[in-house]
Amino acid sequence: MTSKGQGRTAFAYLTPALLVLAGLLAYPIYQLVLISLYDYGQEQVSGGAPLTFLGLGNYQNLLGNQQFWTVLGQTVAFAAVCVVGTLLVGAVLAILATRVRTWVRMTLFLAALGAWSTPAVAGSTIWLFLFDANFGFVNEVLGIQGFSWTFDKWTAFGLVAAQVIWCSFPFVMVTLYAGIKAIPGEVLEAAALDGASAFRTAWSVTLPLLRPIILVVTIQSIIWDFKVFTQIYVMTNGGGIAGRNLVLNVYAYQQAFAASEYGLGAAIGVVMTVLLLAITMFYLRALRRSGEVL
Amino acid sequence: MRLKTFVAVLGVGAVVACAPVQSGPTSSGTDEKTGQVRVWLFDEVNRGPKETVVKEAISEFQGKHSGVTVDVQYIQVSSRAERFKAAFSDPKSAPDVAEFGNTDLAGYVSAGGFSELDLNAWSESKDLVPTILDTAKVDGKTYGVPWFVGVRALYYRTDVFTELGLKPPTTLDEIAPLARQIRQRKPELIGISAGGKYLFAALPFIWANGGDIAKQDGGKYTAAIDSAEAKAGVAKYTELIKDDICPPATCAGNGGDASVEAFRAGKAAMTIGGDFNRKSVDASSAAGKYAVVPLPGKTAGSIAPAFAGGNLLGVMKGTQRKTLANEFVQLLASKKYQQKMYTAMGNLPTFSDVQKQVSDSDKFLEPFTKTLQAGTKFVPVTPAWAKIEAQTVVPTMIQEVVTGAKNVDTATADAAKTMNAAFSS
Repeated sequence: MTSKGQGRTAFAYLTPALLVLAGLLAYPIYQLVLISLYDYGQEQVSGGAPLTFLGLGNYQNLLGNQQFWTVLGQTVAFAAVCVVGTLLVGAVLAILATRVRTWVRMTLFLAALGAWSTPAVAGSTIWLFLFDANFGFVNEVLGIQGFSWTFDKWTAFGLVAAQVIWCSFPFVMVTLYAGIKAIPGEVLEAAALDGASAFRTAWSVTLPLLRPIILVVTIQSIIWDFKVFTQIYVMTNGGGIAGRNLVLNVYAYQQAFAASEYGLGAAIGVVMTVLLLAITMFYLRALRRSGEVL
Repeated sequence: MRLKTFVAVLGVGAVVACAPVQSGPTSSGTDEKTGQVRVWLFDEVNRGPKETVVKEAISEFQGKHSGVTVDVQYIQVSSRAERFKAAFSDPKSAPDVAEFGNTDLAGYVSAGGFSELDLNAWSESKDLVPTILDTAKVDGKTYGVPWFVGVRALYYRTDVFTELGLKPPTTLDEIAPLARQIRQRKPELIGISAGGKYLFAALPFIWANGGDIAKQDGGKYTAAIDSAEAKAGVAKYTELIKDDICPPATCAGNGGDASVEAFRAGKAAMTIGGDFNRKSVDASSAAGKYAVVPLPGKTAGSIAPAFAGGNLLGVMKGTQRKTLANEFVQLLASKKYQQKMYTAMGNLPTFSDVQKQVSDSDKFLEPFTKTLQAGTKFVPVTPAWAKIEAQTVVPTMIQEVVTGAKNVDTATADAAKTMNAAFSS
């Protein structure tokens, strides 16, 4: 078979996957970009008004808006706190899980799975109940009835971040636990025979072996936490007092989709996609530079 | 290389040649006289009595028209925006008749959702209260029949007022000192439960001071929220959401329901509530210990203009049974059925004679009908208003003032800027 023929056969095998990808990924993104270039509101959707091509008008509008930059900054900081928190809690509990007895581990896993499988809306609402100013369990235990967690900007963000970490650490924990368990016993034994301390083993043996897994959970967490919607929307009642707890996704919903400004909303969507791609690329490159084979 | 060129050409071609989808013209020429008339009404917490009245109307309607059935679907108020948007975009899934809030009207009409109604042939229509009928109009054309109206007035706790030897306020400016005094003497109580997101409680303060949200000039709206009069109103209202009356940590995030809820829970000495809140207050710890007066205006004896909320019944543009749909609207919104709806749900009628009839028989309604007669006001009738509401412009402005993030001047100026952007788009 010639190399050209080989290429063709390979292409033929790949076609079904490519078609699925094109349908599920390329076409929606194409529509998103297209809509972002138009003045596309409810009137235009239902045919009550003609379409106007704006070019980059929606983007100019968005990038020229001061609130957008404030919200973007908040989103990045909020996501960063959530990612670091999720990874820390997940990693610590994963290590803990490898050191404890079976029944303790089972209990830990079951509890974590419970948090993981709770729908975001239900989880957020339950947290709100727990932290209710007057009737909440937490305030009762702390003896601070009447203290509102969701009023102040920072306590509100803190509360939502805690909820996000609570419902996303199980994924990190389970994945890292599986990773740690997959490290061959001989490697650790060799390290022990060479006289490495527990810290040294963790730093120079376990961590490097876990890197591909840490990479995956970090990127996943970044993407998830950057796109947080439900928790903020439910727990701060649509973005907090005077909108001071807005993150990008809630902002996009409020400014664009609830207000039927689909063009502007699409523009925010495009900006978010580009940002997330950029962050992921940057992260991958940084890792590659540090010698990781991907 | 060749691939890149190909993709580039494809991309440019696609952007130039294609445009986002639009659905076609929605109005259909047919007007069938038989078949099924589909109706959307709002679901309510206690829907039973409403359903009974509607069923009665349906059987009367079906008795008059053979071969006609009426199918009613109850939709959630909270998801109405999505439901209606979907109905406008896909006329096949749309009903023939729908109930909708009067603040949504302008947006729905500009989306091409509802058809113009001709009420001249309907004899009862001349008794509709003019300011209420105005809430069903866009640019002078009527797109709905007001089914019921809702206005707010001042609820206060009679036991607290008697104990402290106080009288209900007679002017708007008296409210803040009075509420402050109550909280001082009874620190466990909120002086007046006002909410940072309670737009319809804030508006009367702006209107009574001679201000407005926006003013119309030659069919075009400009924000007026930053005028001296409006700013005076905003200052008066935000004064209420302070630690010595209604602490921001409790009140800044409250909308209408939460504000009334504090009154129901017995935690507030006053609140601004609607005629529609009566049943829930009567089923609360405040039952039997409260009275209602019209929210006073600037001068003693005057009444602050209230927001004329309420729901309309309209005929969808894409309907294939225009005549039947119109007739059903006129039946369900008729004096007879409005009277029945009042008995069943406590909904205030929109006909002046029916209004008088019900308020004569029920003293509770007097402050509300007085408020209605004193003249009501409305939000700007433009699709831009839906946008301004969705973007929570006015609540954000109030919250910025009560949290001290901005002063009244800056907050109103910023709100005016956002509104003008929406009005001009």
